[in-house]
Amino acid sequence: MPVKTVFKTSIEHISILDENGKFDEKLGKGLIPDKDLVKLYEHMVTCRHFDEVAFKLQRSGRMGTYPENRGQEATSLGAAYALRKTDWLVPCYRENAGLYWHGLPMEFVLLHWMGDERGNQIPDDVKMTPLAIPIGTQMLHATGLAWAAKYRGEDTIACTFFGDGASSEGDFHEAANFAANLDIPVIFFCQNNGWAISVPTKTQCSAPTLAQRGIAFGMDCIQIDGNDIFAVVKVVREAAERARKHKRPTFIEALTYRLGDHTTADDSRRYRDEAEVEVWIQRDPMIRLRKYMTDRKLWDDQKQKVAEENAKREVSATVKRAEEIADPEIKGFFDAMYAELPEELKRQRDTMRTSSIGQDPNQIESPLHAH
Amino acid sequence: MANLTLVQAINLALIQEMEDDDRVILLGQDIGINGGVFRVTEGLFQRFGADRVVDTPLAESGIIGTSIGLAMAGLRPVPEIQFEGFLGPAYDQLCSHAARMRVRTRGAFTVPLTLRVPCGGGIHAPELHSDSPEAIYAHQPGLKVVMPASPYDAKGLLISAIRDPDPVIFFEPKRIYRAFREEVPEDEYTIPLGKARIVTEGEEITMISWGASVIECMNAIEASGRSIELVDLRTIYPIDTETIVNSVKKTGRAVIVHEAPKTGGLGAEIASRIMEHCFLYLEAPIQRVAGFDTIMPYYKLEHEYLPDATRIGKAIEEITAY
Repeated sequence: MPVKTVFKTSIEHISILDENGKFDEKLGKGLIPDKDLVKLYEHMVTCRHFDEVAFKLQRSGRMGTYPENRGQEATSLGAAYALRKTDWLVPCYRENAGLYWHGLPMEFVLLHWMGDERGNQIPDDVKMTPLAIPIGTQMLHATGLAWAAKYRGEDTIACTFFGDGASSEGDFHEAANFAANLDIPVIFFCQNNGWAISVPTKTQCSAPTLAQRGIAFGMDCIQIDGNDIFAVVKVVREAAERARKHKRPTFIEALTYRLGDHTTADDSRRYRDEAEVEVWIQRDPMIRLRKYMTDRKLWDDQKQKVAEENAKREVSATVKRAEEIADPEIKGFFDAMYAELPEELKRQRDTMRTSSIGQDPNQIESPLHAH
Repeated sequence: MANLTLVQAINLALIQEMEDDDRVILLGQDIGINGGVFRVTEGLFQRFGADRVVDTPLAESGIIGTSIGLAMAGLRPVPEIQFEGFLGPAYDQLCSHAARMRVRTRGAFTVPLTLRVPCGGGIHAPELHSDSPEAIYAHQPGLKVVMPASPYDAKGLLISAIRDPDPVIFFEPKRIYRAFREEVPEDEYTIPLGKARIVTEGEEITMISWGASVIECMNAIEASGRSIELVDLRTIYPIDTETIVNSVKKTGRAVIVHEAPKTGGLGAEIASRIMEHCFLYLEAPIQRVAGFDTIMPYYKLEHEYLPDATRIGKAIEEITAY
């Protein structure tokens, strides 16, 4: 037979708690204990409030450009919940909820966007890399971090987050190819939020799903409702198991939506319909979760009120901490350039306000003046 | 002591660092079973196994990007990019991440990787196999850039680079990979990064160079019969200003020789440093003998492009006559 099919595949989509709050018992039973579910929801309330406050800080000139996270809380949070504290989270810059859950003090993200590198000075016991600004580049770091763990015989894995736009970058393809071919335990978690600034997903990918990109690398891949925290937890747990036990990577495409602008420097009304946003507001991960918890008598208006008050208190204390930290000093910045500062850099540091940088002060002061 | 080529000296340094420290792992294209296209990693795959000498997919950004992750996790990766002409795809990872990681995290993460790259022309190689891009990386704060000009230096500098806590690009001048042999101690030794070497002492002119051009300078100096102090930079960033300045203060004349294009080359930076530190000692304008501001020609014309003993000799004559 001269023509035969050598490969066939399909992509599964998983949804457990749909946008109407309807829960699939078969898939979702026992996935998240009620006690944890309440905590996760309360965490989302805090993160949502943090996002609103961060936006206002930018608008009032107290902080620089900031990328709103609103609407995407379930993805990184569900993943962080499903992983171990010893696993690496390798974020892009719209994963606050997961990073805080993983242990990052909240003021770090504020410091970062306030223009202070100390917001990237991740504490030793928090296994995450700092926010990555160049799109898609961090997936290779995740692959290297997970590779190092495998090399040392540890069962630590890495989970890296990126968007639909980043899946067009060469580095995504290189990272996926390395991970699949060298058996590296990393999870590629794509937050398909519909838009890469003003460019819609269809310009990044003309195939029916982004998930199927993983097939080309020979890795397991799946699409989920990214606004459904149950679906996120389920697939990340399975991917983590695959990574830990079999050192195999997984590609997860989570369908979500960026309810805000790309950043505070963006105006999404220029390129997308209000009607589309309205549809996704109804699919908000928090609305469905609140409804589900209310139906299950785990939640009520009084608890909501308390959660919001706690969020306000926590976020306000966070802002206070971030704003109270004294501004960094330029000397410290120089000193952090290398483990041991080269002579020329020392000279520039020490003469930056007294001489043209790098000029040998002795030459300026003695022989020239003598003439 | 063994009489080794530059390739063998690097191979020995890699073996000894890998024996000493299991955090050191090699990754790159064809470095495993094949021993690298220049055979620099010959025998290492057999000796250390596939976990420590890793043949990667063909992806330069991937090699550097994963090396960054390995280094952030505390390993000491030594990636190889096959030729300097293929550094382009890795530029983003090197400059947007490796170079910046320490300062942008205020030391929470560091990237102690050593990138080995053959560089330079003179071996009749195809297009993009003969460039000299060292100035591009010397211009990127956060990196260190090294280029040995002898087997002895290659071993000591590479060991220092691997042990350095910051990212180092270790350029290997392929023209002298096997051009000559030199006595290289069996024991491990280091040559500090950032320290130049006085190759020959002299009184009349200071000549500053690095990599394969050092050999051309030696030939030109011998032919000139003059007393010329030859400084082999060894580390291109950070530059050893002190050694250069001390020499120029003694000779009053400086000729800088490099294979890379003249404009924006390291020669310009070195000339400026001489001006900043010992302008009043100069007896003549500083001379540069460099590659031209053309792309590196295909190999039929590469001998015209590369600074050779004749062009360097001309500079010696002109600066002496000034």
